[in-house]
Amino acid sequence: MNHDSYADDYIRAILNGVKTIAMVGASPLNVRPSYFVFKYLTERGYDVIPINPGQVGNSLLGKPFVASLKDIDRPIDMVDVFRGSAHVMPVVDEVLSLSPLPKVIWMQIGVRNDEAAAKAEAAGLKVVMDRCPKIEYGRLSSEISWMGVNSRTLSAKRAPIPVKGMRLSLDRQSVSGGNTAASDRAVKNRNEPG
Amino acid sequence: MTERNPGFATLAVHAGAQPDPTTGARATPIYQTTSFVFNDADHAASLFGLQAFGNIYTRITNPTTAVLEERVAALEGGTAALATASGHAAQLVALQQLMQPGDEFIAARKLYGGSINQFTHAFKSFGWNVVWADTDDLSSFQRAVSPKTKAIFIESIANPGGSITDIEAVAEVARNAGVPLIVDNTLATPYLIRPIEHGADIVVHSLTKFLGGHGNSLGGIIVDAGTFDWSKGGKYPMLSEPRPEYHGLKIQETFGNFSFAIACRVLGLRDLGPALSPFNAFMLLTGIETLPLRMQKHCENAKAIAEFLSTHKAVDEVNYSGLASSKYAALARKYAPKGAGAVFTFSLKGGYQAGVDLVANLKLFSHLANVGDTRSLIIHPASTTHSQLDDAQKTAAGAAPNMVRVSIGIEDKDDLIADLDQALGG
Ligand SMILES: Cc1ncc(COP(=O)(O)O)c(C=O)c1O
Repeated sequence: MNHDSYADDYIRAILNGVKTIAMVGASPLNVRPSYFVFKYLTERGYDVIPINPGQVGNSLLGKPFVASLKDIDRPIDMVDVFRGSAHVMPVVDEVLSLSPLPKVIWMQIGVRNDEAAAKAEAAGLKVVMDRCPKIEYGRLSSEISWMGVNSRTLSAKRAPIPVKGMRLSLDRQSVSGGNTAASDRAVKNRNEPG
Repeated sequence: MTERNPGFATLAVHAGAQPDPTTGARATPIYQTTSFVFNDADHAASLFGLQAFGNIYTRITNPTTAVLEERVAALEGGTAALATASGHAAQLVALQQLMQPGDEFIAARKLYGGSINQFTHAFKSFGWNVVWADTDDLSSFQRAVSPKTKAIFIESIANPGGSITDIEAVAEVARNAGVPLIVDNTLATPYLIRPIEHGADIVVHSLTKFLGGHGNSLGGIIVDAGTFDWSKGGKYPMLSEPRPEYHGLKIQETFGNFSFAIACRVLGLRDLGPALSPFNAFMLLTGIETLPLRMQKHCENAKAIAEFLSTHKAVDEVNYSGLASSKYAALARKYAPKGAGAVFTFSLKGGYQAGVDLVANLKLFSHLANVGDTRSLIIHPASTTHSQLDDAQKTAAGAAPNMVRVSIGIEDKDDLIADLDQALGG
């Protein structure tokens, strides 16, 4: 599948469908993007498990760190990868050795490995690359709009006030399937050597 | 994919707005408050650390203003936007994220006179050096590029001359130089031209003009196209380097394709302070709902009036890019097929004094220093908006001494033509 852009329906189905998320490369430092995402997804009701071999014995917002995917004691729906693109393949190999198999591999903004993606897809997993689940959840729920971000969705329905632990409706009308006019150009610019 | 793609007029009414979660109010409420309570200490810390979505203080975010921001971002096809107290404030905040003392930016010579002043004087005092280029000689942009260049700034339709800029050609220069193209899209509005589709990386507006459209509220906005990679070459440390005020957070790494808008907000607006009033945001939003309807009428009237003036014996020349005879006609067809806007200049055979007399004799046109109102407006730029420029700068900016500028409103065009005819001496 084409990974330069994703239809909103594809992302929506993933975020609505998963419950348990293993985060590879979770950082205890509260200025790192992984911390932001960990905290947000937890507040939106997901069961997020932090993976970082250097942090075993510590916990992140009450959740104990584990050393690897194999150390998780419950089925995982999605693996969220905070590792450089070059380190994704071993993560995918580890994911594919799990039973039951997770349903989704999600690589964060700036992380893209087409070979690893193809391998995961061949095993029946869905793959998202170069996106952030916090941003996508905030966008599809429009929670991100408070900061002037274009959610690229519309709704004439009254939404509840979000409180901690609440899952939000992601079922808004999409604009351009979620892409901006500029998104193709952005991908092209990023993929060019700088 | 069978998903429907809402059109421009739908976005102009809906984007960013939904019924108020608390009351169900359908119009966007005016959240006229300075500050917002925290749920608890952890919530406060998350907000200050930029980890959670939510409001702290209206200098940084406000729910009414956020609707306006998302609305304009959607209309321009950008990833995010940031509203400011005026168009000038938008230019200041946008450039502050890019420029360090000693840096240069290239700007088109054909610009709103106030922008020429801001760039020449205020920015100079920050050590930001403007290098001028000419939109009628595109090679001048290429020649102006230096290792210190950090951005290129143009207007899509230039004020006051109404000339159309070849955005794609300038975008190519910016791309090759590895710097963002900033387009001031005030006179076109996204209804007529969407600069991001032609290669702009940042769009700025004075919302004061056609977007607000009713001459009742100042405002400005910065739209992030999400297209520029700020980490390349280490040229933009505000975006790519750890920020000490946020304990080492890196903006681009954290906020991806809307990181420029976030930098403008959490570094620019937070520290420089020119926030938009929520009341003005409400007025501007209400104006934007009718933008497509108004722009159609503005353009239809402007074309009829330009045609009338071009045959009038007291008129020397009409500079309206929507006229077939204009040297910008081809660019207008390419970039602004729905209309060349409603601001243009014309020169009078009777020179400076004829301009003064025309302004004095008109009954429906208001003599004032603004454009983009429902009402028709007129001004003599040489003695007002461009008066601080010397004669050479005036002419280069399209404001020669015998030139008047009009901004055509949405009145009945026959009434406007009759008023001009009588004021020009029939
Ligand atoms: C093209 C253009 N840009 C910027 C501005 C400055 O906007 P403001 O007056 O809202 O600061 C103006 C105002 O006339 C303008 O016409």
